[in-house]
Amino acid sequence: MTVGPWTTATIAGLKRPIARSVQLRLDVADRVDHLPGQHYVVRLTAEDGYTAQRSYSVASAPSDPLVELFVERLDDGEVSTYLADVAEPGDTLEVRGPIGGWFAWDGETPALLVGGGTGVVPLVAMVRHAVATDRLDLLRVAVSARTLAELPYADELLAAGAVVVLTREAHGVRPPARLTAVDLLPLWEEGQTAFVCGSSGFAESASQLLVGMGFAPSAVRVERFGPSAA
Amino acid sequence: MPGPTRGFLGRSRPARDPRLPPGQYDVGADWPVLTAEPTPRISPETWSITVAGKVENPTTWDWAGVHALPASEYRGDIHCVTTWSKFDTRFAGVSLDSLWDVARPTTEGAFVMATSKSGYTTNLPIEDLVGGKAWLVWEFDGQPLSIEHGGPVRLLVPHLYFWKSAKWVTKLDVLKRDQQGFWERNGYHDRGDPWRQQRYQGDA
Repeated sequence: MTVGPWTTATIAGLKRPIARSVQLRLDVADRVDHLPGQHYVVRLTAEDGYTAQRSYSVASAPSDPLVELFVERLDDGEVSTYLADVAEPGDTLEVRGPIGGWFAWDGETPALLVGGGTGVVPLVAMVRHAVATDRLDLLRVAVSARTLAELPYADELLAAGAVVVLTREAHGVRPPARLTAVDLLPLWEEGQTAFVCGSSGFAESASQLLVGMGFAPSAVRVERFGPSAA
Repeated sequence: MPGPTRGFLGRSRPARDPRLPPGQYDVGADWPVLTAEPTPRISPETWSITVAGKVENPTTWDWAGVHALPASEYRGDIHCVTTWSKFDTRFAGVSLDSLWDVARPTTEGAFVMATSKSGYTTNLPIEDLVGGKAWLVWEFDGQPLSIEHGGPVRLLVPHLYFWKSAKWVTKLDVLKRDQQGFWERNGYHDRGDPWRQQRYQGDA
């Protein structure tokens, strides 16, 4: 599997639906369709030729004419602060992708999606693809965030039947709590591949919950981001 | 190269550290954890490393066995394909040369497939694993290597992107022909030289 060359993306739309993040809609030249779960690299170049590049998961379905990235703004993030604070519609960015053949759903087999915070983004691409192909029956979804207002794509996830766990506020009758095996067990079905995405701490604990439940480690695919918990 | 990105200044860079390969940034004291599978549970008592394939003397060492080999240390930098680099790391273990001295790769052996307890694999040219360029390590900064960073024992090949430094390594298969490992099958480069930005399949 080769990854294509750098290409140009024009920012067709830019929104800030939740705090400390930005949603970019990109018109990518010479685009190759992605698999839900894959990511793109964005490269910024300064006047003196200095470059910085970071990877961001795609939130859109392959059938979407644009590539949607959802970027969490990190205070010391060289690329994310630019995208969140400076970039505007009409600007062009250098991008490369899609990348990654592991954390990618084939669209045809059952999957259990477990995401924390902005880790839900690649899972949203999977949900959107399932909706577009009328195969939402294949997906079971559990997501976690501090509050509902901080959960990216909360409406779409709830509409897709996601179990939503909030750690800092009550959700319905459920008091604030972390994700547990009790949340995941009802979602577990024969033949599933699990896709776990989130901060390093979240991904570690969620993947260990699955393995502890009896999920085969080889069927658990993990994507982590951010610093180590240590 | 296309033109600059409108309005992008980047980090202040009075003097870019010459130890930083192109497209990388200094992650500082942090050490990000990146794994594609659940972290396995491995105790030193049950861990072992096997060198097999195109070798004259296939050999397995257990925890005590590798500790009986001459100690060796790496002090220097590491580079992850996700663009962070970490300076002045200190790892302790043994040079892979000590294992090769015993297992003795044949003249046919040109590539190595490293396999981890988790099932993770990565492929490397054998030239990158000889001559004091690669280690088996079990200590970082004087402390036992933690499980999330690949403990009890990981491969260390610091002159290549860090996905080549397989965590929880348990087997080195010497091969005549190159085969692709886990990330290599999924779009990442067969060699992964950070100074040439060999990140993805197709990069020169």
